Amino acid sequence: MTPPLFSLPDSDAARAAFVQKPRGLVDKVMTVAEAVRGFVRDGDYLASGGFGTNRIPTAVLHEILRQGRQNLAFAGHTATHDFQVLCAGNLTGRGQLVAKVDIAYVVGLEARGLSPHARRVMESGTVESVEWSNYTLALRFTAAAMGVPFVPARSLLGTDTLAHSPAKIITCPFSGEQLAAIPALYPDVAAIHVHEADRFGNCRFVGTSVADVELARAAKRVIVTCERLVPHDVMRHEPHRTQIPFLCVDAVCEVPFGSYPGNMPGEYFSDEEHLKLWLEVERDPAAFDQFLDDHIYAVRDFTEYLEICGGLRRLQQLRQREMLLHLGR
Amino acid sequence: MPFTPIELMICCAARELEDGKTVAVGTGLPCAAAMLAQRHYAPNLVILFEAGGVAPQLPTMPVSVGDSTTFHRAVMATSMADVMQFCQRGMVDYTFLSGAQIDPYGNLNSTLIGGDYKKPKVRLPGSGGANDLASFCWRTLIVMKHDAKKFVEKLDFLTTPGYLTGPGAREAAGLPANTGPSRVITDLCVLDFAPDTKRMRVRSLHPGRTLDQVRAATGFELTALDPVGATAEPTERELEILRCEVDPGRYILGRAVS
Repeated sequence: MTPPLFSLPDSDAARAAFVQKPRGLVDKVMTVAEAVRGFVRDGDYLASGGFGTNRIPTAVLHEILRQGRQNLAFAGHTATHDFQVLCAGNLTGRGQLVAKVDIAYVVGLEARGLSPHARRVMESGTVESVEWSNYTLALRFTAAAMGVPFVPARSLLGTDTLAHSPAKIITCPFSGEQLAAIPALYPDVAAIHVHEADRFGNCRFVGTSVADVELARAAKRVIVTCERLVPHDVMRHEPHRTQIPFLCVDAVCEVPFGSYPGNMPGEYFSDEEHLKLWLEVERDPAAFDQFLDDHIYAVRDFTEYLEICGGLRRLQQLRQREMLLHLGR
Repeated sequence: MPFTPIELMICCAARELEDGKTVAVGTGLPCAAAMLAQRHYAPNLVILFEAGGVAPQLPTMPVSVGDSTTFHRAVMATSMADVMQFCQRGMVDYTFLSGAQIDPYGNLNSTLIGGDYKKPKVRLPGSGGANDLASFCWRTLIVMKHDAKKFVEKLDFLTTPGYLTGPGAREAAGLPANTGPSRVITDLCVLDFAPDTKRMRVRSLHPGRTLDQVRAATGFELTALDPVGATAEPTERELEILRCEVDPGRYILGRAVS
């Protein structure tokens, strides 16, 4: 059986969606709860920005859990803590949040180890998946951002990763080279965390862009969370610094420390102790249920989560760690 | 000075990196090796991280290949596609990877253990950037624990290409010419690949290790260079940098070899 495409790379269908996007400079500021209510639907294909524990839209992921979204497809692109959070909606007595995954990287948290609960979810046989690599899954957003059905690449070739991927081998019409054709991916909705946004959705961030410039253009709906709302004039003053223009964006939510427990370049480092706690508590499903109640389900919003995790005192330590003030002490 | 197997592995890995070359570094132990190399013998080593960091001067060992340290005092913080395309264009000399299983041709598995894709015994992360980096970079360096369960004749899943089925197989699949794995560094020895067969062979034995020990920890037939070399012990300077500057929190050094 050919591995399935969870989202079709149909250029005209994508154009039909993009033509609907608002063109005007309209105020898109709202709460995370409003954004998820308005723009994330059951059965959607979801993509999350950043790189696993770096510049991730944690508040949106928590809110998706709280609002009980079901049967989402997910782009497992450099996914680590983000995928771990979403997996908390599977096998925990609240239906099935993750139904399909395009896998480049899931289940692991890099050198920190594997997530026991994400493993349970992926080893249960209840989630459909296919394989990619980080580059080729990023290229799927590039193709979508270009508005074309595929782009070629010289990776995946000769491996089981390709055999379990819907990518296809093609021959270059000019050189005769054998290439992997990487299909466009137009997510229904993307959540991206940035440093600064104005109320219309113009965004800028510092540090690596990973695949977010392309993702913001590829997704049919985009929810942006930002560390800080800034006046529109700030963007007008330095237009070369805008990485995501308002045209792509549907919702703007101000969420200070929004990448926590992840790292936010120049702002705060990842909370390695809290990430370790997640990994430890997941070993025991009953303890994990209690942990989820305490940290997400019975929590009003992301600010309350930050308070539970140590609040300003902890965030201050993480800011000092980001500034490397611990070195040489 | 006494040293642990993981310290020796990191030193061996770091010594493979020549000054003035480019290397795309994967997560975990390779980060430690790249930082040791940069602090010791290869100050002009250009390190690239797949999340977008280009030529950082690592202040501490990254915990994630996308964290802030991966573009600390870098020349550029760019996108993943940009870094991967430097590799695809042929501008990156080395990549540094690991895996759960390796076969005689240096192919790697980081996707699953147990044959059933839909219901694996152990689900592992998948390719991440490994498939891309091993496809594109000129030379792949691999670090992993030497264990007959990891060094297997046939992988449960071929995630990342080594020499695939042998000479000419990479090119026949469409992968860039003249690329592939060059070294495998374990806690017992350093291995390379025979030019005629593209199969792994022992190049040098670590202090106190024998060829019989290595063969007992390998699940496939293994030849050796004749005479087989002896791996140099870590120097005091290497250990000092490793323990005091690279990983004072013993993030990698404190772990069992994996």
